[in-house]
Formats: sequence, structure tokens, C-alpha cells
Amino acid sequence: MPNRVTIKDYLFESHLFMRRAVVALIFSGLLLVALISRLVFLQVFAHERFSTLSDDNRIKIQPLAPNRGLIFDRNGVILAENLPSYRLEITPELVKDLDTVLNNLSQIITLKDIDRKRFHKLRKQTPSFKPIPLRFHLSDQEVAQFAVDRHRFPGVDIVAGLSRHYPQGSLGVHALGYVGRLDERDLLKIDTSNYSGTTHIGKTGIEKTYENTLHGTTGYSHIETNAEGRILRTLKRIPPVPGNDIHLTIDAKLQGKVEEVFGQTAGAAVALNPNTGEILAFASLPIYDPNLFVNGIDIETYQQLQNDDKQPLFNRALRGQYPPGSTIKPFVALGALERHSKTEHDSIFCPGYYQLPGKDRKYRDWKKTGHGTMSMVSAITQSCDVYFYDLANTMGIDQLHDYLSLFGFGKRSGIDISGEASGLLPSQAWKQKNRDQPWYPGETLITGIGQGFMLTTPIQLASATATLATFGQHIKPRIVIETQSADPKKAPAALTEGAKQIAINEYSHWQTIIHSMQNVVHGKRGTARRIGVNVSYTIAGKTGTAQVFGLKEEEKYDAETIAEKLRDHSLFIAFAPADNPQIAIAAIVENGGSGSAVAAPLVRKIIDFWLAPDS
Amino acid sequence: MTQYIDINRNDASRRDWQHLLHLDALLLLGLICASIFGLFILYSASGQSDAVLNRQLIRLGIAFATMAIAAQFQPQWLLRWTPWLYGIGIILLILVLVFGDIGKGAQRWLNLGFIRFQPSEMMKLAVPMMVAWYFSDKRLPPRGSRLLIAGLLIAIPVMLIARQPDLGTSLLIACAGFFVLFLAGLSWRLLIGLTAIAAAGAPVLWHFMHEYQRQRVLTFLHPEKDPLGTGYHIIQSKIAIGSGGSFGKGWLNGTQAHLEFLPESSTDFIFAVLGEEFGLAGILLLLAIYAFIIIRSMYIATQAQDTYSRLLGGSLGLTFFIYIFVNTGMVTGLLPVVGLPLPLVSYGGTSMVTLMAGFGILMSIQTHRKLLPT
Repeated sequence: MPNRVTIKDYLFESHLFMRRAVVALIFSGLLLVALISRLVFLQVFAHERFSTLSDDNRIKIQPLAPNRGLIFDRNGVILAENLPSYRLEITPELVKDLDTVLNNLSQIITLKDIDRKRFHKLRKQTPSFKPIPLRFHLSDQEVAQFAVDRHRFPGVDIVAGLSRHYPQGSLGVHALGYVGRLDERDLLKIDTSNYSGTTHIGKTGIEKTYENTLHGTTGYSHIETNAEGRILRTLKRIPPVPGNDIHLTIDAKLQGKVEEVFGQTAGAAVALNPNTGEILAFASLPIYDPNLFVNGIDIETYQQLQNDDKQPLFNRALRGQYPPGSTIKPFVALGALERHSKTEHDSIFCPGYYQLPGKDRKYRDWKKTGHGTMSMVSAITQSCDVYFYDLANTMGIDQLHDYLSLFGFGKRSGIDISGEASGLLPSQAWKQKNRDQPWYPGETLITGIGQGFMLTTPIQLASATATLATFGQHIKPRIVIETQSADPKKAPAALTEGAKQIAINEYSHWQTIIHSMQNVVHGKRGTARRIGVNVSYTIAGKTGTAQVFGLKEEEKYDAETIAEKLRDHSLFIAFAPADNPQIAIAAIVENGGSGSAVAAPLVRKIIDFWLAPDS
Repeated sequence: MTQYIDINRNDASRRDWQHLLHLDALLLLGLICASIFGLFILYSASGQSDAVLNRQLIRLGIAFATMAIAAQFQPQWLLRWTPWLYGIGIILLILVLVFGDIGKGAQRWLNLGFIRFQPSEMMKLAVPMMVAWYFSDKRLPPRGSRLLIAGLLIAIPVMLIARQPDLGTSLLIACAGFFVLFLAGLSWRLLIGLTAIAAAGAPVLWHFMHEYQRQRVLTFLHPEKDPLGTGYHIIQSKIAIGSGGSFGKGWLNGTQAHLEFLPESSTDFIFAVLGEEFGLAGILLLLAIYAFIIIRSMYIATQAQDTYSRLLGGSLGLTFFIYIFVNTGMVTGLLPVVGLPLPLVSYGGTSMVTLMAGFGILMSIQTHRKLLPT
């Protein structure tokens, strides 16, 4: 205690202190009022906003991807299924230093450049709280290794999922198509909210056409997470609705047979049941493995497929457009009988060439020496060009066009695989419109033998053949029998398509044509007589040889000296048994040479397999 | 000469338990209420941890015991020992700077072998005591050189603590010292002048600040600029308080704290847990208890009959308010983030013991014999 005693004004100091204390309390009170105002603002006026923010913090919406529907053949053989697979996902907002994490991850899990590239690309398009896939199809070893080191990688997770798998490999790939990862172009076309949990989408074939059926409906779960992003509990769950299964009309065994008989040959074959329009086999050769595409094909393999001379990725059955060659002749002949008062007995002499009246140019027959006197039946049987030059000339291009279009030539068949080409059935109007040129009579002649402008697709040709086999019943071909909901309460969607009946003048005209086509196979002089032996049923068929490039008038076609790519396409159309057709088929072997030598024997094997599998 | 009047003999109140134990019933009631409420909040904030609750109970026990012991020392006795306490405190602060342990990037602790000790805590009491001691025999209001000396008595420990660096504590001690000056009657003109100088000196202060301290100020001004980095604390605490609304989400139901979105939820940001679970109503209740404690403290100070007790008691009461305002202001986004706990509620012991020692002094002032009849 200080020793010096000071005289202090007790009352004054007491009042001074009192005043100061009151000022301090008032000041404190003001600060308290400011604080309480702040709290009122936060808790009363901004309450709703902060409430939402608080829920946003903890509640995350997680899409639940539906299981994709399976695809079966007509006998229940599974063609597309979903197999369990593990993928590695990163949620960027939970990762502090992404580059370091990626580098550390690459020490235990193989990360290719494309994995990183894809990841970074997706990162730019995805909100940072959504997990982004980094690797698919982790090996068991990688999964185990990551499980051990999991604590080192917050925000990185292994997710078990289902991955599309095609157990039959390349079988029927051009019908089936494949799924691939969703890309930016897909995102523009789809309802993104229903695809929020989906990583793959049908890219081609059935997988694409029936995407909506197969995909199903995405479900959601509202999950509560803590600040680390760990899921604590599920608040609400709307389960996904799995996609519907699809049963194809395809018969896997027949499809396999078709692919087997073609081997490495480029070409296409479509077989269908002429009575129902059901596609039994739909093959474009060569084939490739759709499994390669499911999770991103590597550039090398893709370029190999792209640069392959035989163009395996090209869907010939659907998009390949070929001159029908002589396979058009039965249809032309039928048109002449039905619509142009020609009779089967009208015969002409074939000297090996045909000349239009008053013109010098000779239109050559494939047989230089000529066929001699030809009736309609023998002209079809022996495929006499001169006879059909004459028929075509008599009918004129527009009549030809009108009648052939009844069989679906020049139009998409309407098969339920998207991307079909329409082929081309020329007419005067067409030429005027597209080429801005008048029609020349010579062009009518070569249209009569399926050359010139005319183009067909294998599916179109098969459908026309089926129409012929059933006396004019033109059915839209289809490849899906039914789509079956995984929910048994939902009835399968019926797929009945009304058939159109071509108006028939004389039933016997059709019989004549079918008889002629039987002669092609079973007749003594039939162009496909080599396949007509040792057969327990009758086949009606027609060979065709389509020129890839036009020969000049006097030029001679010599298969030996012509590059393979420019050799003729070999075609054959057929149905069997002729009196009760169960199968109609069109086959094209690219650059195969003559139809009788190449395509016909293949078709025989296919029909044998279908009608007499034991022989 | 002051005439002593012996009031012990005739005054009945002298014999009641408050004067026997030297405790003030109303202040004690306020402190106990705040502590009990605090325990409820802490239990929830800690994720219903019994271990945390037990440790906090032990700390509260120590703190209340310290208060009771401090209340036994007469003010005259404290007055006599004040310069020694202050002097030892300064020496210890220098020792900390030379030998101190480093914890959380700052030198605050002094290891005495058997106990780790934070000298800056001691100075929270020693500084206002010293300034009050200095004014105790001077004529008030203070002027000229006396102000300068008082200013130095405050500035030296404040600078030493700021060097550790512990900006929060040094500011708090500066406030405690300043309150003594203010209550002693620092002239308004000088006060306004000092405020102006402080405002002008802010850029200079900025220059001397550590990087993390600057960051805190920047974050305070624009928390949304870095929502996952330095702004995260303040954004999440605002969300917690705001989402609590008027009546809160209910005890133990706060999602912000329990799901770990709110950092430091048991310590510096526990006020946000209160706001989230008990809403505005709960906050107002706690603030009312605090206000009661402050008003009672200030009342005790005004009833004190010597300069030393008055100035010290008033400063202790106002410093308690500063504690509360700085912490709640920080958590609600009114003030920058300064690492100060919420008194009697936040988890943690050292500062609570100092605080309760201060309330012990206030009780001592109230319950020891007075020179004049009250």
C-alpha cells in the first residue's frame, strides 16, 4: 500500500465512477442490441435460407440407376446381360489436392492416359459433389489393394455396379448393337434427369432403338451425409424401375450358322419367317465383338476396325446398298404378267444381245452365245438378260417402278433397328428431280436386270422375297417379339403390325413365278442347280450377280484380272419349302463373283440348318 | 484522515452465510445457471460424450474452487500484493518468449516441470489490478504523466503477449486495462483522440500482423470468397445459427454440429450449437444470464468504497462482457474470427479458471467489511 496519504474527494470520485459505469453499461447494452439484431436477422428473417443451406449440407440426392433390361433370342438364349463390375469414383469436392491423389492412386491402380483424360473432361461438366468415374472394371487385386489403402483417399470410392456384357460375343452384333458410355451428344438427346445415375446408353442396333424400353426409370435416395461426405442414413428412397427385357425374333443358333458359313467373307444375309415378318437371322459380315465398345475401346483397336478393308463396323444388312442384279427378275416378270398382259408363254429369241429399235448399241447378255428361244419360265431359270431387257422395255420405267415398289423396293423396310438405308428404285420423276436429266430408254433395260441406278439393301431384298413367297402379303419385318417388363403386373406390349396385301390379278401368275424360281434350284438348267441336289424339300430361289462397276460395250469381264474390290457381288434370294414357305432369305457376298457359285451354296446351308438340321 | 466505523458489531447482515463464506449469492446463482446451461450445450456439441462432460465438470469444479479461494482475500490484501503479481507476470512473459513451449504455432506456455502454465492468463487479472493499484492513491480523474504511466503499465504486457503471438488475449488485456482508465475518468476528449489515432493506426497494425491474422480479417470481410477454406468456419456457423430459427431444432438434434459441418463446435463455436438447437429463445436466455452476471458485477463495483476495488471490479465486469461480445460477434459474423472461448460454456479450462478468479475478487469486494455503511 502506498505510504503517502492523498486527500481524495470521496463523493466526487464515487459519482465519477458511477457515471462512467452507467455509460459503460449503456454502451454494452447498445452492443448487445446490435448482437440481438444480428441474431434476429439470422434466425428469423434469413431462417428459411439458412435452413435450406443446412439441409443442402447434409442431404444429398443420390440417383439409383435402374438395371438395364436383358436381351434374349427367340428361344430364351441370353444375348445381352449385366455382370457385376467394380469402378473407382472420385468426388472432387471431397478431395483437396486432386493431382496428388491421382498420382498416389496410380501407384496401386492402373490409370491409363485415357482414364485421366476422360476423368478431367467429365469433371468440367459435373458438379463437384457428384462422384466421377475414374476407372472401370477393376481387377479383384486392385479392389483388395484399394480397400487396404482406403483411409489415404477420402472422397475416393469403389462402387459395385453392373456392366453390360454380351455373352455370345460377336454373335448378331449388327442386330444387337452395343451400349457405350454416355457422351455429350447423347446428353443432348435424352432426359438427363432420368439418366443421372446412368453411365451407359445404347449406341447402335437394338440397344439404341429400344433404349427407352431397356433403360428403365431412375430412382433416387435422399441420403444424409456428414461433412466428410460419408453416408449416415437414407432418409427417403424411391427405388428405380428396372428396364424391360426384350425377346428377339432372332434365333441365336441360326444366326451363328449364318455367321459360320460366311466365315471371313464380307457380305450380309437376312433370313425371316415370311408368314410373320419375324427376322430369324440378321447378319452383316465380318462381325466384331461389341464388348470392346462397352467401356471405351482403345484407339488402336478402333483404328484397326476402322481401317479394315472389309469394314466390319459397317452394317451391311441394314445400310449396305447393292444393285440387286438378276434377283430382281422374278419381280419384274411378275409385274409384266400382272400388270402388262404378258403371258408366260410369250417367248423371244436371245442372240446374246439386245438392241433397241433403231439404235446401234448392243445390250449384252451375260451369256455371250445367247440362250436361244426363251419363255418366261426358262428366262428366269437361266437368268436370260435379253428376255428381261425386252420385258422392261415393254413395261417402261414408271410401270416397273410402281410394281416393284409394292414389294418395298426403294423404301425403308421399317425394321425396328434404326439407321436403315432406303435403297433406290429409279423412275423418270426421280431422275428428273435428282439428276436433272431425262430418262433414257437404255436405262430402263438395265433396270430390268437389276443394274443401273437401282439399289437394294439386304433387309429390303429379304422382305421382298418373303412377300413373293406369301403371294403378296407384305409384312413389316421386325426383330423384337415382345418387351417384357420386369414387373410381372405389366402386360407385355403387343407388337402387331398390319400386313399389306398386294392386289392379285391372277393367282396363277404368282404360281408361275414361284415355279420358275423352283426351277432355278431344281431345274436341269437352273442357274443354282448345284444346290438342288440331295435336298428333302423344295427351294425357290434366284441367283444374282451385281456389277460393281460398269463394263464398256465390248469389254470382257475377267475375274482373274480384276482387283477383288471391283469384282461382282454375288447374290441369292430364296424361300423354302416352296409350297409352304417357312424361311425367306436374301444373301449377298461382296465381290464374291457369280450368285450361283458363291451365294447360293451359303444359302443352301442356312436353309438346311433351319428346315433339316439333322441332314 | 478517514474515520473507520466498525459496522461488524451491529449489522445483522454481517452474520449471514454470504459474509461468512465471502460469497455473493446472486453472482453465484448467475454463474451456476450459466455453467449448467453450458454443460447441456457442451454435451450435445461434443456428440454426447460423457468423457468431455466429466472433464468439463472437473474444470468447473476447479474454477469454482478458485473463485471461492480468491473470494477469501480481502481487497486490501490484494492491493498490497498487486505490484508483486504484476512484476512476476512480466518476468514470466519474458521467460515465455525465451524458453516457452510452442503450441499451435504460438509460444504461450511455460513449462515449470510439474505444470504447464500460461502467464498471459495471469496477466488478465494482473494488468487491471496494477492500473487500479496505480490509481488507488491518486486524485481522479487522472491526467498527464499519470495517464502515460498507466498506459505503459498496460502496453508492456500487451506487447509481450502480442509477440507470442496471441492477439486475442493481448487485445482482451488491453481492454481490461483500458476499462480501468475509462472508469477512472479518462477525459472524453482524450478518448476520442485515442480512437482517432487507433483508426489511423490500423494500416500500421496491418503491417505488423501475421499472415494468418490478416487472413482472418480478410475472411471476416468476405467469407463467401473462399467457402471451403478460411471462410468455411463463419459460413457454417451462420448456417447453424440461422437454421435454428426462433426455437431451434431441439436439444441433440443440431445437424450442423453433429454431422461435423460446424468446426470447433465444442470450443470457440459452441454458441452456434446453442443457436441451432435452442434457437433465438435459447440464445436470449443465455444472454439474459450473462447480462445478469454483468449487471451484478457492475453493481458490486459501484458499491465498493475504495478506488482500487471500484476500478478493478468494474473492469472485471466489463471484460466479461467483452469476452461474450467478441465470441458471439465472431460466431455470428459481426466480428473477425478471434480465438476466444464463450465463458462458462466452451470446452476448455485455463481461461475459465482465470475468469472465475476474477469473480472471486468481485465477491471478495462485496463481502469484506466496508469503510462506510452501505
